Amino acid sequence: MTVTDTPFAGGVVGEARLRKEDPALLTGEAKFIDDLELPGALWVACVRSPHAHARINGIDTSDALAVDGVIAVYTGTDLADTWAAPLPCAWPVTDDMKNPDHFPVAQGKANYAGDIVAVVVATSRYAAADGLEGVVVDYEPLDAVVSVEDAESDRVVIHEDLGTNVSYEWPLIPDPEGVDAAFEAATHHVTETYVHQRLIPAPMEPRGVAVVPAPHNGDMTLYSSTQIPHVLKVMAALTLGVPEQKLRVIAPSVGGGFGCKLNVYAEEILCMALAQRHGVPVRWTESRTEAAGSTIQGRAQRQTIELASDADGKLTAVRATLLADMGAYLQLVAPGVPLLGAFLYHGLYDVPFYSFTCKSVFTNLTPTDAYRGAGRPEATYAIERAMDALAVAVGVGTDEIRSRNFIPTEKFPYDSPAGLVFDSGDYQPALDRAKELIGWDTRMAEQAERRAAGSTTHLGLGISTYVEMCGLAPSRVLASLNYAAGGWESATVRILPTCKIQVVTGASPHGQGHETCWSMIVADRLGVDPDDVEVLHSDTAISPLGMDTYGSRSLSVGGTAIWMATEKVVEKAATIAAHMLEANPEDLELTGGVFSVKGSPEAEVPLAGVAFAAFTAHDLPDGVEPNLEAQVTWDPPNFTFPFGAHIALVEIDEATGAVDLVDYAACDDCGNQINPMIVEGQLHGGIVQGIAQALWEEAIYDEDGQCRSANLADYLVPSAAECIDMKLDHTVTPSPTNPMGVKGIGEAGTIASTAAVMNAVVDALRPLGVTEMAMPASPMAVRRAIEAAGGGAS
Amino acid sequence: MIPAAVGYVRADSTEEAVAALREHGDEAKLLAGGQSLIPLMRLRLARPGLLVDMGRADDLRGISVDGDTVSIGALTSHSDLEHSAELAEVCPLLAHVASQIGDPAVRHRGTLGGSLVHADPASDLPAAVLALGGTLVATGPDGSREIEVSDFFTGFLESALAADEVLIAVRIPISTGGWSYQKFNRRAQDWAIVGVAVAESGAGVSLVNMGSTPLRASAVEAAVAGGAGVSDAASVAADGTEPPSDNNADASYREHLARVLTERALVDAGA
Repeated sequence: MTVTDTPFAGGVVGEARLRKEDPALLTGEAKFIDDLELPGALWVACVRSPHAHARINGIDTSDALAVDGVIAVYTGTDLADTWAAPLPCAWPVTDDMKNPDHFPVAQGKANYAGDIVAVVVATSRYAAADGLEGVVVDYEPLDAVVSVEDAESDRVVIHEDLGTNVSYEWPLIPDPEGVDAAFEAATHHVTETYVHQRLIPAPMEPRGVAVVPAPHNGDMTLYSSTQIPHVLKVMAALTLGVPEQKLRVIAPSVGGGFGCKLNVYAEEILCMALAQRHGVPVRWTESRTEAAGSTIQGRAQRQTIELASDADGKLTAVRATLLADMGAYLQLVAPGVPLLGAFLYHGLYDVPFYSFTCKSVFTNLTPTDAYRGAGRPEATYAIERAMDALAVAVGVGTDEIRSRNFIPTEKFPYDSPAGLVFDSGDYQPALDRAKELIGWDTRMAEQAERRAAGSTTHLGLGISTYVEMCGLAPSRVLASLNYAAGGWESATVRILPTCKIQVVTGASPHGQGHETCWSMIVADRLGVDPDDVEVLHSDTAISPLGMDTYGSRSLSVGGTAIWMATEKVVEKAATIAAHMLEANPEDLELTGGVFSVKGSPEAEVPLAGVAFAAFTAHDLPDGVEPNLEAQVTWDPPNFTFPFGAHIALVEIDEATGAVDLVDYAACDDCGNQINPMIVEGQLHGGIVQGIAQALWEEAIYDEDGQCRSANLADYLVPSAAECIDMKLDHTVTPSPTNPMGVKGIGEAGTIASTAAVMNAVVDALRPLGVTEMAMPASPMAVRRAIEAAGGGAS
Repeated sequence: MIPAAVGYVRADSTEEAVAALREHGDEAKLLAGGQSLIPLMRLRLARPGLLVDMGRADDLRGISVDGDTVSIGALTSHSDLEHSAELAEVCPLLAHVASQIGDPAVRHRGTLGGSLVHADPASDLPAAVLALGGTLVATGPDGSREIEVSDFFTGFLESALAADEVLIAVRIPISTGGWSYQKFNRRAQDWAIVGVAVAESGAGVSLVNMGSTPLRASAVEAAVAGGAGVSDAASVAADGTEPPSDNNADASYREHLARVLTERALVDAGA
């Protein structure tokens, strides 16, 4: 990236600076929920249904109440009058969407294993855990609905009052006749079905909640390990009926989220209610096993995708049909998750006709919701796997089929068949670069040699190219999708009297490195040291306005707000500087922290001088208020559309079925980069998270709806030992959507990598007669597929 | 993940430990590195009334070679086994197997004695010791006795140790012949889905996670001793086993893996 190409001042933006967050995080100085010292706090433990579906015929709390230290035990009935509203679902995607009442403590019936049926309040964490064992619940187990197909059949209707397990159907078919005609005229018609297994998000820090009430003045502070302190404040006020001005929400250091902390959870509202009731602080810390059942899960959908193409493999239509698993209840944005992918099932290919339909159903499993990528990994997976199938049908290479269909660069901004406008893109160079990085031709030759030699270790190369929509989101677009909130972001930039800077952001970082990046944006413009910029966030008393962090929105929306607030504060500083220099403000320029008059370099005043003058207010121009501070709220006019090409190289041991990831290359484009090291870090983590879905992770449920992978020994989150050195590079195609020309990168790796690995796995196995593999491609599953295809050395 | 209340005493010697076990009977549980017991307690699957912590009994830690026997104190950590230059010389199989356990944190805390006494069929070290042969030294109220390794594992998570006995040492013959350890798992830190240990070019062969106890692959040993080729010897690796089924592998896949890995181990060990 050369400076002349960018809107930046040529300062620190673009430097691979170490993260200023890390010393506190790495030394344990940073405080997470469980580190908070709250004298006199009561501990909460949740009695959770061990059954996926059961009627509650009675709850005997007497033994629990006899445990030393147990203060109270509440059932759902006991607390029924506590709630002003059920737990919120903010995304009623259709007007007739079915949304069952969902209260923090279940009443009458438990609908998934993990559903809270009673709560123990005790003077210590240990007493609360002992109390749990004393609560005796009389369950009447009912048939559990575990699969989406079973759910759709309505064999057992989970929420009887709704009359069906189908929550909604959501179609996006701009031209139905066009789609039908395209399929009729198609030379090649590929139909593929894929299943996205349930994934259990596993941030390093599970969830935790602490609530500190002030019973006499009515204030209440909610500490939560959340991605969304601002949204949570509004929702908690509505759900519990607490006056919003009395409520303060703080997300202290948060150890990762990946979407699973983008929610309003039962335990948050419950702890608030109990703190209100008891008049003392109340806290709860989730255990890892508890997290596996009570924190939302990701993916969980069955997809059918059909491609129509002409004889050359040029796509003429794409039709995608989903059956999505919402779990037992609708969490905060769950119904909208499939919609975030709904516009992208044609990938980055120029396709005239498009059809998408999603049906979402309830099951007796943990509720699902947004998980890193949220809808877009699913969409990318479907189109990218299907493109490989089309390549086979047409008889061309998997690289060539993509190149033939990429949206041509000259078509940007591109009016997509699903109704979006893709902001900018240049796809072929990314694929070319990724092929170069992996050594495509050499690897293809090696694969051919091994096949010719009858080797039993099979090489497979898999491409996944992607475009995604992120930077959530234009508020008007959200309105058109029935989302209950906007997608703006707020920022304040404040130059203090000593010329140190405070930045207040409505983004709520939980591992991303916003403090570093926001400091760099402001420091670059003001010409100060990034260490002189302090970023304040995640406390609604300090940062009252915000829409928080998810959907790869923080830089393109929140960062843009900071950019604009910086410009606004510079404008005001220039007015004061001009007064001091007896010049016109428009003749001034700010370079390296000094205001000077264009053409008269000797006439200058440092920003520090202006800052102090603004503070003393002794001699300000008429009509100019003291102090240097500016607040901006930015509502983006469009999403941003990052893209790239990923290639995985795997080696499969025919005898055991083991898949070894040998090499991985990616060329991504997120527009201009603020800190390339952070971009790489996001890609490393994101790519591994996507690979994990392909090879390791799976929430395994038995036919009774019991999770058989509820701990980190059974749920296979990869560790550093499973990772490989990746070959990463990037192209830069700035977004025209925002002044910095940036796009998001937080989810891109996860969106791209799953399909790359699975395409590589199938490519490796194809000579053995295997044409499809379900995820995860475990050694046993691969071996079974080889055997089923009639091949394989023993 | 909150354990139930538990009593605690520290035993700095074998005698103190034996006395505590005797006094408290079934209530008491010996704590070494805690890598199996503590997780079970946190899940409340184990609820001992008293922990007898031997973690600081330093006389039970260390590796020594006397003639053709290696003696290893029961509290010697996996990490000590992994990094011992002496062990690498006289019993490279054991040093290597120790390096394949869990992750560095587990290897620093976990002990050889703890792993053997826990008798988990999925653990690495019991199988390695089985392949190597030798004796285990236990001390109880009536003094010490030696137990043949092949007699030690009596059932699922059960050993020949009496409730008031403490395992104090492992004595194995020096073993520098061809060896191999084939551990098959999906992540480096995991238990073996199946593991195969080969000592002395196939004279000793054992299996991990192929039944309710760590197993000797007697049929393979006999085939090797009888001069069978590697593939023929490996083809009987799963004979007589009753492997478990779980998320990662059903019984028949485990049997298949046992054969594949045994062949690889035998080849690797130069059988």
